[in-house]
This record gives sequence, C-alpha cells and structure tokens, in this order.
Amino acid sequence: MSEQEARPVAEIVDALYRAESRQVLATLIRLLGDFEAAEEALHDAFAAAVEQWGRDGVPANPRAWLVSTGRFKAIDGMRRRARFDASLTEFAKQLETAATEPEEPDEESVEDDRLRLIFTCCHPALSPDAQVAMTLREVCGLTTEEIARAFLAAPPAIAQRIVRAKAKIRDARIPYVVPSEADLPARLDAVLRVIYLVFNEGYSSSSGDSLLRHDLSGEAIRLGRLLIRLLPEPEAMGLLALMLLHDSRRAARTSPTGDLILLENQNRRLWNREQIAEGTTLVERALSTGRIGPYGIQAAIAAVHAGAPDPAATDWVQIVALYDVLMRADPSPVVELNRAVAVAMRDDPSAGLALIDAILERGDLTNYHLTHAARADLCRRLGRTADARVSYELALKLSRQEPERRFLRRRLDELSESGKRD
Amino acid sequence: MHYMLLCCFAEAAWTALPDDEKNRIMREYGALIRGLAERGRLRGGGRLRSTSSATTVRVQNGRPVFTDGPFAETKEQLGGYHVVDRRDLDEALSIAARIPTLPAGGAIEVRPIDSVEERP
Repeated sequence: MSEQEARPVAEIVDALYRAESRQVLATLIRLLGDFEAAEEALHDAFAAAVEQWGRDGVPANPRAWLVSTGRFKAIDGMRRRARFDASLTEFAKQLETAATEPEEPDEESVEDDRLRLIFTCCHPALSPDAQVAMTLREVCGLTTEEIARAFLAAPPAIAQRIVRAKAKIRDARIPYVVPSEADLPARLDAVLRVIYLVFNEGYSSSSGDSLLRHDLSGEAIRLGRLLIRLLPEPEAMGLLALMLLHDSRRAARTSPTGDLILLENQNRRLWNREQIAEGTTLVERALSTGRIGPYGIQAAIAAVHAGAPDPAATDWVQIVALYDVLMRADPSPVVELNRAVAVAMRDDPSAGLALIDAILERGDLTNYHLTHAARADLCRRLGRTADARVSYELALKLSRQEPERRFLRRRLDELSESGKRD
Repeated sequence: MHYMLLCCFAEAAWTALPDDEKNRIMREYGALIRGLAERGRLRGGGRLRSTSSATTVRVQNGRPVFTDGPFAETKEQLGGYHVVDRRDLDEALSIAARIPTLPAGGAIEVRPIDSVEERP
C-alpha cells in the first residue's frame, strides 16, 4: 500500500478517535466490566482499524465495528492470560457467550453508556479530586499530562489519583449504572459539582501561564452540553446557562496586561452575544419547569446582568429578589454577601454595609478576602476613607491570586491620592 | 459481594441519650435487621461490648505485646458490625444509610470483603 492511500484512512481513524473514542470506551467498560481492560481494548480496536480499514475499506458502522473488535481483542487477551491463570478461563467464556449475541448498539444504549460513565466517574465514594480527574480523563479524554498541567499538579500525582480511583471502582464494586430515580437528585448534584469545579478552575486561572493550560472552562461547557443532551434536568440546564453567561464575559474581564476588570467597568461590547443568547434561553427553559435550583437561580442573576446594556440600567430590584430566592434554596454566608452588595446597589451603600457588618459580627466569612474587598468598596463610596483602607488591606492580606492583589493595591493607591487632594 | 458495615459511634454520646430514645432506636434497628435477614441479605454481625473491654495485640521484636484498649483512641469507637450480601456498592450504601443510630451521630464505614471464590 502506498503512502497516499494509507493516509486518508489514518486521517479517518484519527477523526473518529477524537469524535467517538469516549462513546466506544463507555460501551466497552459496560461489556468488559473493567476500566483498564476497556482502555486496552479501545487502543487495540483503533490500532486494528488503521490496519484493516486500509486494506478492506471503512465499515458501514465504524463505531459498532470498533466496539465488537475491542471486545474480541479483550477476550483474546484474556484467553492468552488464562493459560497462566485458570480463574480467567471461566470469565473469558462468559464474555464470549455474551459476545455471540448480536450487539448492534442503538443510539439509546450508547447514550446510556455515556451517562453510566459520567455517574461512575462522579461517584460520591470517590474523593472529589479523583472525581474531577476521572471525569476529565475518561469522559473528556484528556491525557494525564493535560490534566496535571491544567491543575498545576505533577503528572505522577494525577496518574496515581486515577489508578486509585479505578482500583476503588473495581474493588468496592461501584456499579456502572445510571442511578435509580430515588438517588438521582443527589447523584446529579455530585456530577454538577464536578463540572462547575472544572469550569471555575479554568475561569479563575485565566491569566499568566493560561496558554499552557488546557481550556478547562471550554471542557466544562462541553460536558454541560453533553449532560443536558443525555439528561435534560432543570439544574443541569441551569448550570450550563450559568457557565455560558460567565464565560460570555471572558474577553471583557481582564485587561491586556492581565488586570482584573470589575463587572461595572467592563466593555460590554466585548461580551459574547451568542453565549448570552444561549444562556438566557436555557435559564428560561429551566425556569419554565418550575423545578429551578441554586444553579438556575444564579444563572438567572447572571442573565439579568447580561441583559443590561450599561451598568446603570441593571435591574437591581430583580437581582435582590433572585438572591432572596437563592437564600431560601441554598442559604450560605457567601450568598448573603452577594445579596448585601446587590442591596447596596438597589438602595444605597450604607444599607449594604450594615448587612456585611452583620455577617462579620456573626463571625462568618472573616477570612474571606471578598468580604473585606466588598466592605472596603462600600466604605470608599461612602467617603469613609480610613475604614476603606483597613478593609482593603485585610482583603490584600487574605487574597491569593495575583490579578486580584494588583487590583486591591491599585485601589489602595487611589485612596492615598484622593486623600492628598482633600 | 459481601460488604462489612462497621458502625462507629461515640460511646459517651450513646450513653448520654435518654432511655426512651435509645429504646426507640433499638426497636427501629431490630426491624431493619429482621427485614434484611428475611430477604437473605444478612451474613452476620453483632454488637461489640464497650472499648473498655478491648485488648489490642501487636508483635514487637518477635514477641506479642498486649495492650488494654482499642487499636486507636478516637472520638468514635467501633460499636458493632454487619456483614451484608449485596450486588454492588450502591446497594450496600443504601443499607448503611438506613442504620437507625446515624441521625444521633457517628458513622458507618462500608468495606467490601475479599472472598477467593468470588474472583472471576
């Protein structure tokens, strides 16, 4: 076979690997009952495809071909090993019997396999770190090195985490199933938490060495889309909407030098209109089910911001009302803080300041840099420069992220300058 | 697969519960255990006497060393165990989540039991 003839097949296989390898893997895990065996079978199947398709042509249903080839390769391998380990003989026989039944995977069972894979990777019996690593590795197909770079971790540490998670899935027999209706809400929460964690990791690190890091926000949005296609639950829609609406501001939220730009100072023409439209439609869909949860409510708040052509046009009455709903659905001091800031905008800075001081007096959020940054900002607007300075300095002491620290220092400098002018 | 449910509870907290509360929990416990046994899911179990009756055995320099008390002094102690026979972890976890002492505190550790004949 000449180079020219071989090339298109390699390209076809390559494209198929990118588009379908995760589906094929998800089905192989179900058929073989083991992650390691399924991954090995997946690679064997694609290797066989490069070889055989060049000779015999591409089959009519490449995915089904890959699944059945992978399965037979796994049975072969098990038979070979069975010569040394008698206990494998019986297992290989069982697999073979199952394999002779015609398996033409229909769309529905393929999608179920993908859901099984997502729920297994996000199983609460795995540690949260392991859930994230497993989801990125198995569902998204990132390499261990890519995951390590994205989380600024050492590749062996990530590899170890994945090996341990797979061992626990096998040893504790974590089932490869879509959870029952009774368990679904709690288990879906775990999946959404993993996706949002991946998104935030990507979103908050969009500076410095971000070019080297995998686009985690984009990956999370792709995961969100996959999830609502497989399982159109209102909170899954809410989360996707929330991610899209946050991501729509990506180009506007940092200056060319990597400095943070607050929502009120962003150039709204840089906001991604397509993402805003898609996010807003999703919020409306989630709202119309009447079963909206914390992600959907937060998305609704983001949609109100996105709908304002300029900061002065922001509907703060509606935003405070939505925070009230959020406080009932998912109360936390952080939500209370955000609500306080919205109240400051709706009424006046002193109303917001009273609410923030009440949180701090209770002993909540005292070590959270954003509490002090918000307090500082309200004091500054009230002309209480000395109080503002104390709070900015506290925020600076507690903040870890460089762009945020630069922003706080700039604010402190501005206070000094206005002080001189007075 | 067999799973062991290790029931950990702060002994002092249990002792401090009012009697009728203890009785109510134990009645519920009895019902849960009977139900599991009737459906063939129970493979064994028992309530352990207090950790003050425990003795720990170690070997140091080739000789057994016996010490008074449990192997780890923690806030919560192993108070009992059940061995259940279920298909997978989710089913074992759903039994563990129904153990009636849990609302009053403590934790259940769920561990799969290795059995040679079960290996494929």
